[in-house]
Amino acid sequence: MTLGYPQTIAPARRRRQSLRSRATSRDSLLRRFDWVLFIAALGLSVAGAVLVYSATRVAAAGEDPQAYLKRHLLNLVIGLGLGFATMLFDYRTLRAYAPFVYIASVVGLVAVLVVGTEVNGAQAWIQLPGGFSIQPSEFMKVALAVGLAMLLAERRDGETEPQLPDVAFALLVAAIPIGLVMLQPDLGTAVVMGMIVLGILAVAGIRIWWLVALLALGVVGAFVAVQVGVLDQYQIDRLLAFANPDLDPQGVGYNTNQARIAVGSGGLFGAGLFQGTQTGGEFVPEQQTDFIFTVVGEELGFVGSAGLLLLFGVLIWRALRIAMRAEDLFGTLMATGIVCWFTFQMFQNVGMVIGIMPVTGVPLPFVSYGGTSMFANWMAIGLLENVHLRRSVR
Amino acid sequence: MTDRSRTRLIVLQVLVFSLLAALGGRLWYMQVVAGQEYQAAASENRIREVVTPAVRGAILDAQGRPLVQNRTSLVVSVDRSTILDLPNDGKPVVRKLADVLRAPYPKLDKQLTLCGSPGAADPPICWNGSPYQPIPVAEDVPSGVALQVMERSEEFPGVTAEMTAVRDYPKPFGVNAAHLLGYIGPINADELAAAEKQDGRRGSTYTSFDLVGRAGLEQVYDEYLRGKPGVKKLAVDSAGNVTGTVAERDATPGDYLVTSIDAHVQKVVEDQLKAAIDRAHVAVENGTDSGYPADTGAAVVMEVDTGRVVAMASYPDYNPALWVGGVTNNQYERLASEKANFPLINRAISGEYAPASTFKIVGAAAAAAAGYSLDGPYQCSDQFVVPGSTQSFTNFEAGMNEPMTVARALEVSCNTVFFGLAYNMYVDEGGLDAGPDAPEYLMNTARGFGYGSATGIDLPGENAGRIPDRQWRRDYWAANKDFYCNFDEQGSPQEVNDSYFQQLYAELCVDGYQTRPGDAILSVIGQGDVLSTPLQTARAYAAIANGGTLYRPQVARAVMSPEGEVVKEFEPKDQGQVPATGATVQYIQNALANVPVSGSAAYRYTTFPLDKLPIAAKTGTGQVEGKASTSWFASYAPADDPKYVVLMMVPEGGTGSGTSAPSVNEIYKAIFGVEGSQLIPSKAIVPDGKPITSLPTVNPDGTIDLPKDDGLPGSSASGIPAANTGEKKSKRNSRRRRARAL
Repeated sequence: MTLGYPQTIAPARRRRQSLRSRATSRDSLLRRFDWVLFIAALGLSVAGAVLVYSATRVAAAGEDPQAYLKRHLLNLVIGLGLGFATMLFDYRTLRAYAPFVYIASVVGLVAVLVVGTEVNGAQAWIQLPGGFSIQPSEFMKVALAVGLAMLLAERRDGETEPQLPDVAFALLVAAIPIGLVMLQPDLGTAVVMGMIVLGILAVAGIRIWWLVALLALGVVGAFVAVQVGVLDQYQIDRLLAFANPDLDPQGVGYNTNQARIAVGSGGLFGAGLFQGTQTGGEFVPEQQTDFIFTVVGEELGFVGSAGLLLLFGVLIWRALRIAMRAEDLFGTLMATGIVCWFTFQMFQNVGMVIGIMPVTGVPLPFVSYGGTSMFANWMAIGLLENVHLRRSVR
Repeated sequence: MTDRSRTRLIVLQVLVFSLLAALGGRLWYMQVVAGQEYQAAASENRIREVVTPAVRGAILDAQGRPLVQNRTSLVVSVDRSTILDLPNDGKPVVRKLADVLRAPYPKLDKQLTLCGSPGAADPPICWNGSPYQPIPVAEDVPSGVALQVMERSEEFPGVTAEMTAVRDYPKPFGVNAAHLLGYIGPINADELAAAEKQDGRRGSTYTSFDLVGRAGLEQVYDEYLRGKPGVKKLAVDSAGNVTGTVAERDATPGDYLVTSIDAHVQKVVEDQLKAAIDRAHVAVENGTDSGYPADTGAAVVMEVDTGRVVAMASYPDYNPALWVGGVTNNQYERLASEKANFPLINRAISGEYAPASTFKIVGAAAAAAAGYSLDGPYQCSDQFVVPGSTQSFTNFEAGMNEPMTVARALEVSCNTVFFGLAYNMYVDEGGLDAGPDAPEYLMNTARGFGYGSATGIDLPGENAGRIPDRQWRRDYWAANKDFYCNFDEQGSPQEVNDSYFQQLYAELCVDGYQTRPGDAILSVIGQGDVLSTPLQTARAYAAIANGGTLYRPQVARAVMSPEGEVVKEFEPKDQGQVPATGATVQYIQNALANVPVSGSAAYRYTTFPLDKLPIAAKTGTGQVEGKASTSWFASYAPADDPKYVVLMMVPEGGTGSGTSAPSVNEIYKAIFGVEGSQLIPSKAIVPDGKPITSLPTVNPDGTIDLPKDDGLPGSSASGIPAANTGEKKSKRNSRRRRARAL
């Protein structure tokens, strides 16, 4: 992994090279490719396929018990394709497209509020013909990582930290989609987006007290949201039920209770794959999507759950490594955004399943069943590989 | 990249891995440390129990005749979860079922509604059990109807017709025995909670629709009779659909309770008690021709050497079958009413009466213990005047005005002889001034004969009677002093204006704590404040009969499994010796043996072959303020080799010899086989007239070898299971008949 693109190759020249020739220049591309990152992400996706199958294996009469498995695998293939395509464009040229990606995603978020379908209280999906649906907020995470990285990586000569106007503009850019997501309302995704913004701003080097102020603003904002009634009652219920599942044993509390029973009953080695009674009896609602972690918890026990967390650990470690070694600040910030995205979404998802985080509907990256999420996750992997491939040798 | 960015990336890195570590730690806690709890929660989550009630054990008499067993009843049940899965919530099927059962649809619909759900009727109409338990909707269904349901099972999904056991009373010889057997009733919430607490786990042996023993043997031996319910553990998914059977335990039928009751003797005793009461009604009191008002009574037959109860009757009785399928409120109110004379009370153990002259055996033993010669002679005068006062106590019948031994005084039931002895013992104790440590000859002897404390019989609701010793009198006075001293205000208007009561309560107010001569004198003839249950008196006479040992009265002999093994045998329980020497006991025995020969009951034995079956007895005629006298007859036989105590008492029934003695004689005649003036052992309804020492044979298939005279109706429809009828018929001519005590 020591050879890379010669520094002497100018961007102009590279642009002239055909896409095909770059993809096939094996000696460089394939050797620079971060296989560990790829395998960790692929491992999570395949584990997800098995778990999704387990969660949906008990099908109603006349339904295909493998329907979800097949869709999940199809999503994976499409995701791999999207990720591969994302990797091929030089990420630095993405800067030019970033505004368009951003605007397209915002339009998607607006559209979802107009024509979207409500699922579990959040209007986050746009139904497409043929039974497919799309969740614009997932793509928005990609757009945010790219867009904010672009805004904050621009430096005038002699500047060592982002200036106020840049930061203010970045915050405005971030606030629009976060606000739109909150309107759905999808609190979990909004928090993940907030974490992306915060991570990128921090690594971009803004002053520490700005960071503190931002955090304080977030806390006060959340407090006001609860007080003023911006949040729906169901969202508050969810937050309370996380602290005390007995508050609403048949509602939100039921979900968290059953999830904890499922994970806890797994013990050290679990009930065995496809043997879980909580899973088989479908006691946990949404167990193939947001509560997929209950399946690994019950059927594969602590060993399996920890193994899954280890895969996330590897994935995030490689992503951080890419952020560290990126050729430029843009690459670093983009990778940082993705690190924050994966980390907090994973933490929020697993945390709510095992009862240390409030119940907010975010999928477990790569593992949960869900097309848009899978596509967006693999596009993020494509971006990370992109940065990795085009780094200079140090 | 600037240093600041690099530092912050490192901070981010630390943060990321801290979060991962937090998740890992929490997982370790949940899955490895607390995993067991969650596993228990998970199994509770997915497992539903369906309980099959155990068949309750039969109660048998000493020879194996079933006193209580079960009969099969065709019960149609509906599986609620299956019905609800049908189109339109299964309503068309329930409607069709209502048509077939000829029951109104709304009734069926209510029965299938879970208690507590919206619109549910009150228990027991609504279903109080598990939603996974098939709900019985009709009992004692004709087989034709059951066949319709079973043969058209595709039209009646979730509907089953099954044979279920319900309590049945075969009534060998027509016995009632209600007070012995008791009855069963639904468990109440408190009992269920207590049982659950004891069992530790929810509903492991008791369920909310269980029936438990509520009285008599059914109550005392409930734990043996009830068996263990079968439990089927079904795995269910979150929607309640059954996905499989996790574990299955068949119901273990309850054990058989073998009693020392002889059904035939029991029937005779019940009939004779009734006969005595009828006799009292036509008896002539003191020359008037109005009968005695007797409307209650009790009788006991007990083995003298073991304390085993062979028969016990209490009048009035009730029909225990009323409880099968649940007693109605009206029925219960009637059974518990004064108007019906409280038929639920077992007067043989709960009734407390003045034992009257039957108590004189205690006086005799006490006199001997106090050092008085039983040979006397003592003057049997018309009345006894308390020395130094004008207070006098008359004999019940005119005195004979002759000197006599204590034995003769027992024979003829001379009160004044005992008055004199009692007064002397009272003086010996210290009289009015006796201190707390003074001996109490009469009262201590009475306690030694088992009076004043419960016998400990294995039946519920026993009372202790009362022995009014000096301490009791002090306590009683302390409790009533307020009334005595404020009689003017608290007494009834009638009494307040009566000079007798004015004087009585004025005296009681001052010195009511004292045991006065009159108290001692009345006590010795079982009057005044002495109270005994019929069973206590029977036990005391058994002790005289067996030479001085008190045995705890017992009804149960053994618990046997339905496979015929003896689970538990109840041995006779020795409760100690009475406070009398062997010589004294023998002296009393001889005296009692003379009562039918030349004593107070002799006129009742003119045709009885006393030479072949000598009987020892004591009459008693209790005086009750404002009521007709209580008839007592305590006896045992044969007097020379005692086997059984027979005691009968009829409150407001007249004299002991007049009302009770003839009935007791009939009981002896039946037990020992007396016909005319002959003793014919083959006619004895108890084989050889001897207590039964072996247990009945329970065969491995649960059938019981019955004696030839099982007293059961043939193959009538009185509830012997159809399946067994053929067997019974084919074996009719064989020496032994069998019955299945389901």
